[in-house]
Amino acid sequence: MENNLAALTTVFTEFYYWLTIPLMFLIHVGFCMYEVGASRRRNHMHTLMKNSMIIPLVTVTFFYFGWWLYWAFPNGPFITGGLETAAAAANTPWSPTMGPNLGDRITGVFWGAFLLFSWTVASIVSGSVIERINSGAFWILAVVIGSVAWIIDASWGWHSAGWMVKLWGYHDAYASGVIHAIAGGFALGVLVVLGPRLGKFAADGTPRDIHPHNPWMVCLGLFVIYTGFWGFYVACNVPAISPEGIGGLIKGETWTATTIYLTPTTLGAITVNFLMSLSGGMLMAYMVSKGNAFWTYSGGLAGIITASAGNDLYHPIQAMIIGGVGAWIAYKMHFWVERRFKVDDAVGAVAVHGYAGFAGLVISGFVLWGHPSSVYEGYAAINPLGQFAGAVVMFGVLGFLPGWIVAKILASAGMLRIPKEVELLGLDFASNQEQKIASDEVRESLKTLV
Amino acid sequence: MSTTGIESWAVDLKDVGAIYPFQGSEGLLVVIGVVTWIAWHIWQSRWEKEKYEEQVQKYGDATNVSSALDSD
Repeated sequence: MENNLAALTTVFTEFYYWLTIPLMFLIHVGFCMYEVGASRRRNHMHTLMKNSMIIPLVTVTFFYFGWWLYWAFPNGPFITGGLETAAAAANTPWSPTMGPNLGDRITGVFWGAFLLFSWTVASIVSGSVIERINSGAFWILAVVIGSVAWIIDASWGWHSAGWMVKLWGYHDAYASGVIHAIAGGFALGVLVVLGPRLGKFAADGTPRDIHPHNPWMVCLGLFVIYTGFWGFYVACNVPAISPEGIGGLIKGETWTATTIYLTPTTLGAITVNFLMSLSGGMLMAYMVSKGNAFWTYSGGLAGIITASAGNDLYHPIQAMIIGGVGAWIAYKMHFWVERRFKVDDAVGAVAVHGYAGFAGLVISGFVLWGHPSSVYEGYAAINPLGQFAGAVVMFGVLGFLPGWIVAKILASAGMLRIPKEVELLGLDFASNQEQKIASDEVRESLKTLV
Repeated sequence: MSTTGIESWAVDLKDVGAIYPFQGSEGLLVVIGVVTWIAWHIWQSRWEKEKYEEQVQKYGDATNVSSALDSD
């Protein structure tokens, strides 16, 4: 590092991203608590393992090819240019910069932060398909969204040179679309093929409530997700950069924090807006669900997700109102889709992430209309049409379609859904039986000692 | 025309202040926020009162109450 200022900035940035990673770990802890709490007793351990194995599988595949996709695909390729092989070279699994390297202190922590986003996107899908999906099929789907689909969308719409940003003015500072809408769309695509849990719908199609076995743990899980969400937000920013470091249109010498697009913002902005959009979501969800704890917590999440596209810029009360609107949409859409299309989304993930994320993008197009999407010359400004088209790409093209296609392939190979008898017995039935036999044996042996 | 007043980032950041959309509407936003907050309390208090009245009517007889106490 050439001088003390450069050293301090580099080490600060390295530590900044590093710190986001254990915080984002909490998102995964929260998802596991919430999913296991939502499952019935006979499916606990299987549900936990289904989500937990996202960690190793998405991690290794993200190292092998996911990270490279982000750097190679910002032009489409072949929309605004070819494959960015030169820029992506430092991010191949065989690059010296991916190992301990005194010449590059940032790539590792940046990779780690992006990886945790990848776990989140796969984990969102995991909750919606509980109690009837084959673990092996889910883990293939997790790799498809966690190490391929979402990272392509990030390259297109969450990269300072992404083609959607250049041509459409796409703006999604804290990932309403690039994480949440795509995960919701993908989950919906899988659910359409997978079908509902046995007993979810009456013969006439009326949906039945399958209650979580532990509502308290479900809510606590969502609370832990809120906590981890702080790391997620912080990881979406560049903490301190000079105009020279950005290399765009900005004049002068004033350093700034920026979004991932390198557009100026402040940590103060996202702190206040995070809390206000959470509050707007919780207040609205409490009202619309008539005090239901699960939906009030989920509404808080939906509030943040809806405002996330523009939380780098909104006024706090705007963020609160937008959060409230998103929570209302998520709640209403969840039950409407369930009744109308017989989709069994066990935890409301499609609604909280998918519909709220989609709505957040569309709303931001109007509220931020005309604001520059980039610090570089020649980019489109933020606009409603660009944001709507972006939402369609995130939810539909890179979310729903890959989920539906891969689920169809897995279903046709007989790999998607567990046997009916196993679903009725419960996924943990066999291991519970073994455990019971072992316990009986120990008990009998102890009796002989009396 | 930009809702934030920023049309281009070809500026010196030391000259830039607020960057949120619809600057000048802060007073109105606060009024909307405060009215919404008070309206929420009014709705919540009424709803909660109605909810408990309904519960008392439905389950509040002596048999139900003593059975609930036994199962606690």
